[in-house]
Amino acid sequence: MKSPLVAFVRKEFIHIFRDKRTMMILLLMPVVLIILFGYAITTEIKCVPIAILDQSRDEVTQKMISHFVASEYFELYKMIDNVEEGRALFRQGKVRMVLIVERGKVKGESEIQLLVDATDPNEATQLSAYATQIAVEQLSPFTFHLSTGKGIVPVISLLYNPQLRGAYNFVPGVMGLILILICAMMTSVGIVKEKEIGTMEVLLVSPLKPVYIILAKATPYLLLSLVNIATILALSYFLLDVPINGSLLLLVGVSVLYALVALCLGLLISTIADTQQAAMLISAVVLMLPVILLSGMVFPIENMPEILQVISNIVPAKWYIIAVKDIMIKGLGLGSVLQEIGILSLMVVVLIGLSVKRFKIRL
Amino acid sequence: MREIDIRHINKAYGEVRALQDISLHIGEGELFGLIGPDGAGKTSLFRILTTLLLADSGTASVCGLDVVRDYKEIRWRVGYMPGRFSLYQDLTVEENLNFFATVFNTTVRENYDLIRDIYVQIEPFKKRKAGKLSGGMKQKLALSCALIHRPDVLFLDEPTTGVDPVSRVEFWDMLDRLKRQGITILVSTPYMDEASRCDRIALMRGGRCLSVDTPEGIRATFDKYLYAVRSASMYKLLLDLRTYPDADSCFSFGDAHHFSIRKEVVDKEGEAVFRKDLQAFLTAKGHADIGIEPIKPGIEDCFMAL
Amino acid sequence: MIMNVIETDKLTKCFGSFTAVDHISFAVGEGEIFGFLGANGAGKTTAMRMLCGLSTPTSGTGKVAGFDIYKETEQIKRHIGYMSQKFSLYGDLKVWENIRLYGGIYGLSEKQLKAKTDELLRVLDLENERNTLVDALPLGWKQKLAFSVAIIHEPRIVFLDEPTGGVDPVTRRQFWELIYQAAERGITVFVTTHYMDEAEYCNRVSIMVDGKIEALDSPSALKSSFKAGNMNEVFHALARRAKRTEN
Repeated sequence: MKSPLVAFVRKEFIHIFRDKRTMMILLLMPVVLIILFGYAITTEIKCVPIAILDQSRDEVTQKMISHFVASEYFELYKMIDNVEEGRALFRQGKVRMVLIVERGKVKGESEIQLLVDATDPNEATQLSAYATQIAVEQLSPFTFHLSTGKGIVPVISLLYNPQLRGAYNFVPGVMGLILILICAMMTSVGIVKEKEIGTMEVLLVSPLKPVYIILAKATPYLLLSLVNIATILALSYFLLDVPINGSLLLLVGVSVLYALVALCLGLLISTIADTQQAAMLISAVVLMLPVILLSGMVFPIENMPEILQVISNIVPAKWYIIAVKDIMIKGLGLGSVLQEIGILSLMVVVLIGLSVKRFKIRL
Repeated sequence: MREIDIRHINKAYGEVRALQDISLHIGEGELFGLIGPDGAGKTSLFRILTTLLLADSGTASVCGLDVVRDYKEIRWRVGYMPGRFSLYQDLTVEENLNFFATVFNTTVRENYDLIRDIYVQIEPFKKRKAGKLSGGMKQKLALSCALIHRPDVLFLDEPTTGVDPVSRVEFWDMLDRLKRQGITILVSTPYMDEASRCDRIALMRGGRCLSVDTPEGIRATFDKYLYAVRSASMYKLLLDLRTYPDADSCFSFGDAHHFSIRKEVVDKEGEAVFRKDLQAFLTAKGHADIGIEPIKPGIEDCFMAL
Repeated sequence: MIMNVIETDKLTKCFGSFTAVDHISFAVGEGEIFGFLGANGAGKTTAMRMLCGLSTPTSGTGKVAGFDIYKETEQIKRHIGYMSQKFSLYGDLKVWENIRLYGGIYGLSEKQLKAKTDELLRVLDLENERNTLVDALPLGWKQKLAFSVAIIHEPRIVFLDEPTGGVDPVTRRQFWELIYQAAERGITVFVTTHYMDEAEYCNRVSIMVDGKIEALDSPSALKSSFKAGNMNEVFHALARRAKRTEN
């Protein structure tokens, strides 16, 4: 005799596989999102017009400037003679960054200054990051050769956005989004659908334990989301050259934990919503929007008003994205993501408690 | 112990009083009908008995088990077919049946003898998805699914609504056979003509039980004389009959109008005189081909008289 | 001479290899109450959709209110009313808002709308319910209101798809009185039902079996030719012949 749970899980898989359109969407969504974020909605810097004011004019600064001009990020609009000219170019919108190399007291000991147009703070952050990178790369051999204390020290002044952030931001973000979408939205819609067509009534009257219904609904989507994580990681690793520096096992582990949080959220929504439409709307508004807006995926949390920063703490995606970045990009181990794991685990416990309490044994 | 006992059940949804002081006793192996239109409270009563809904007051038991306290045990022992067809449209006939069998920890083979009569009719289509079946077929599958665990008591909420007359008759024949196997069946229907297929019925309206008896018993309570009246112009006849002095009620019933009148009115002068008088009344109104014949009341006549 | 408002000739609709409606030919006269019966899956809904201009026939011809069911579907829609058991009114709108909405859809003027609304509410005895949400009305009232709204623009024909399912016996009869009144005004009524007593109220009845019209006549003629006591027996005699089991 088969266990009812196995039969139930199999039924759920049949539902998913028979609905070809939804299944295609579920499987292709991560691919589309990764390609969209990777190529179309690019935040990458290419050929940004800059102006350069070189007051030092020695070999070292000349060489550095030539690297700036040669890089794919920047394009020299004009060499200028004074700061005023630079400001004028800013105002006319001709350039988005001005590089000022101050007159060095000693050869090779110049200070450089960056003026960046930060009307788009994200771009400004990236511009300054690239510029700093080039400057440091070009100048460090000299500082190394020269006696200590006499190297060229870059002093960077970023307008409006004093923080530097990495470029591999969206892959963790997309993972956070997809897992919420599939686990929470699909689970809640799946349960609410049974309420709508009336099968829930029969299931409730049957001796089937409510926890079986919940488990059976959650299992297929948990597995499906694992497939999606694999897709995303493979795509980002092979296509976008995003490294996986830390432990893959740890990464998958954290992802499963996050998926559990999402599943619990889905369950909670299913206890509130009575129609599939309502379940979708609630999932979209309560889950997706915060993931996109408040998790740090698109807008840096550090730039938000304090109240939103506080609110962002209850968005599970925020902690997941931090953990993924730590593991994937920074290559950190278990020890450094303990806080995130702890918070996500706590969320699972609270949410399971809430939804089991709310899941009705009656109508 | 396969009986259903309902005592003083009340249920309200906000202002709407869905059930008002319902008390019924349904014995083992009885085929009991809840007859009434939409909004009579039939579905609420089903949900209370199947432990899905809690009554505001009153008690009820199924198979001697309390619907609140012993809900887990009741769920093992009852079969339930809710008003809307509760099948998975994207699963095949066979998959639906197997699924419901495993939900109840049994197999189709184990209880095949019980559902064989019904299932053989849909077996040729067992690979077809439930969503592609016709109304009558879906209903047979739903009944098979509700029976698969050999329940002691069967609850069927409007199983024949929206189903064509031929399939409806077949469905009642199936219920007859199940009853003979000792299963207690509580079934609801808005079709008054199906009432005669039940052992006993309860007429319900607006959350109240209007009367409970055998179909014969209910017909016997009709305390007026009833006539089927016909003429060439039926709609005009309906309006004219209502203007007849001492007319009690007049409703159209298929090809005739059922015209009821208090017994003492007719008995005063004798039946022949009354019929002559009515005939003259209608002729004066310009009716031709008038036919008047006394008839026995049906359940629908009784329902409307309540 | 009575004009025909519906005329079909060998009207057919196939879905792939499945012939849902199989060469049906019939005519319905002005002001007639025409019962369109058949078992589940006999093809009633498909036939009705073609007549309402919602579905293009595979072959055959048909005219509704004098318009061709292939080319003039827009005109057809303007001259028919439609009401079904499932879709009738918006439950989250008030009674008068529903009336206004449908009147507006069919292009009634502000003055006509006001007059129609008052008349409708008076006839249906709903004057006290003017501001009630339709969801809060009993089913029978809803259906009566839905019917009145379906003929608010005085269409040539009104199609009723199982209008009385689940309605209590008294209201069901009141509903039919509304149908009689509409027919007296010259509106043709095309109705499907599972209540066989209602078939008797029709002037003529057609019974579909497996996509074909197997019988078409007045209820009394059908009963005598099938030697049946009532329409229920006629229906059973015919529907038992059905071989088709799917939708």
